[in-house]
Amino acid sequence: MTMVLGIPLGVLLGQLLLGLINGAFYALLSLGLAIIFGLLRIINFAHGAQYMLGAFAAVLALKYFGVNYWAALLLGPLLVGVLGMLIERYLLRRIAGEDHLYGLLLTFGLALIVEGSFVKLFGVSGASYPMPEQLKGGYNLGFMFLPVYRAWVIVVALIVCLATWFMIERTRLGSYLRAGTENPKLMQAFGINVPLLITLTYGFGAALAAFAGVLAAPIYSVTPTMGANLLIVVFAVVVIGGMGSIMGAIVTGLAMGLIEGVTKVFYPEAANTVVFLVMVLVLLVRPAGLFGKEA
Amino acid sequence: MSNLHVPNVEQLRVVDLHAFYGESHILHGIDLHVRRGELITLLGRNGSGRSTTLRALMNMVGRRTGSIMINGRETVGMAAHLIPRLGVGYCPEERGIFASLTVEENLLLPPLVRSDGMSLDEIYDMFPNLYERRFSQGTRLSGGEQQMLAMARILRTGANLLLLDEITEGLAPVIVQKLAQVLIKLKNKGLTIVLVEQNFRFAAPLADRHYLMDHGQIVEEISAAELDAKQGLLQSCLGV
Repeated sequence: MTMVLGIPLGVLLGQLLLGLINGAFYALLSLGLAIIFGLLRIINFAHGAQYMLGAFAAVLALKYFGVNYWAALLLGPLLVGVLGMLIERYLLRRIAGEDHLYGLLLTFGLALIVEGSFVKLFGVSGASYPMPEQLKGGYNLGFMFLPVYRAWVIVVALIVCLATWFMIERTRLGSYLRAGTENPKLMQAFGINVPLLITLTYGFGAALAAFAGVLAAPIYSVTPTMGANLLIVVFAVVVIGGMGSIMGAIVTGLAMGLIEGVTKVFYPEAANTVVFLVMVLVLLVRPAGLFGKEA
Repeated sequence: MSNLHVPNVEQLRVVDLHAFYGESHILHGIDLHVRRGELITLLGRNGSGRSTTLRALMNMVGRRTGSIMINGRETVGMAAHLIPRLGVGYCPEERGIFASLTVEENLLLPPLVRSDGMSLDEIYDMFPNLYERRFSQGTRLSGGEQQMLAMARILRTGANLLLLDEITEGLAPVIVQKLAQVLIKLKNKGLTIVLVEQNFRFAAPLADRHYLMDHGQIVEEISAAELDAKQGLLQSCLGV
């Protein structure tokens, strides 16, 4: 067996693959956070809860209505996206223009309420979601076994991330979003309905989180706190990538997943902290983040 | 096109306009009117309320009272994003070029508000520099080019009432001349223009009338024909 630095190649590649899958989730989640922060200037602490709601939407829709995985992949983001739009319209809009802290506290409070209610309703151990038939099994790559579902997660997360990037950086709607991020008042003076743009943007960010949640349901245990645990790392990813940078969020998300994977092989004890170590180093050298613009 | 030149159609009528930023009362009862096809200026010192008047017309200040009729529609109480759709184009003092957009994206950003705007080709014809630099980042242009871009952006939308705030500020004389030519062209096309201007020598030969502002009020209305007779007043108010 081929060895790399005293580690069997198969083990290393296996961990890299696991890392890449985690990275795909980091990328999807930090992308949504970055988009929301860009236009709303709000640090969306409810993002983890929105991810969890996506996963639970899949579980509950299957249990009570027999909705399959593929439909859940559309339905979950749709429901959570609409919920997000209502939250923006009736709660966040009231504190628009206030200090960042209010948005942070409001979304954090919402997350606690939702997570607390779900613990009460479904218990802390949560539920499991069956692997969809079409994505069972795996490929034998010779040096390792690649489960089909994991490959699917990486591919679909990448497609969604790149499509989102394309929409924001290369389309007319995206130019509204970028311009609205810079100067919303002038956008209004051009006749663009900025409040509507903000509502849609928050809904889209929440929908992205829910999409990640549905994607996670078959491989991670679906619990009320699944999002809260993940969100801390995702915040670190956003800080490393640079607040509000779209490509930064995607690339950093994937990279941090890989770094965690590598760390698991060489020094497993540090695997859960390595992202924060990177964050500290980046903040020391480039306070605006790797892809952020210097303020 | 023909009805654009019908005289005495009021494009803009402002009656007793007051505006407030939070607690501070900044416009104190503005009255003015602009007929279709006219070019008028708001003259005055820095801080006399000229830019604020334009911002108040666009509903970009805190609170407004009084009446603002644009193309016959009352707009006090109208949401900010609906006002441009009445055919108003606003060019802010700081130009408002977006750094995250290319020149062409900046140009295409404002939605069309009327059907008879200039096409992209006509605009590039009028401002050849913008064509050459259409893929550059908007804020990498020179000050003059950015000003051209800020003007071109609202010409494409078909707006027929232009509110232009200090478009010559800080620009080289050759570019100021170019802007004067552009304004004459627009006026000949029948557009209505409200110009906030510091550069009196630029504004004087272009304008049909001038409103002189001080302390958030209009203190005098001067027609082009009266300019010579009222030099004294102008000098004392503008410090020119």
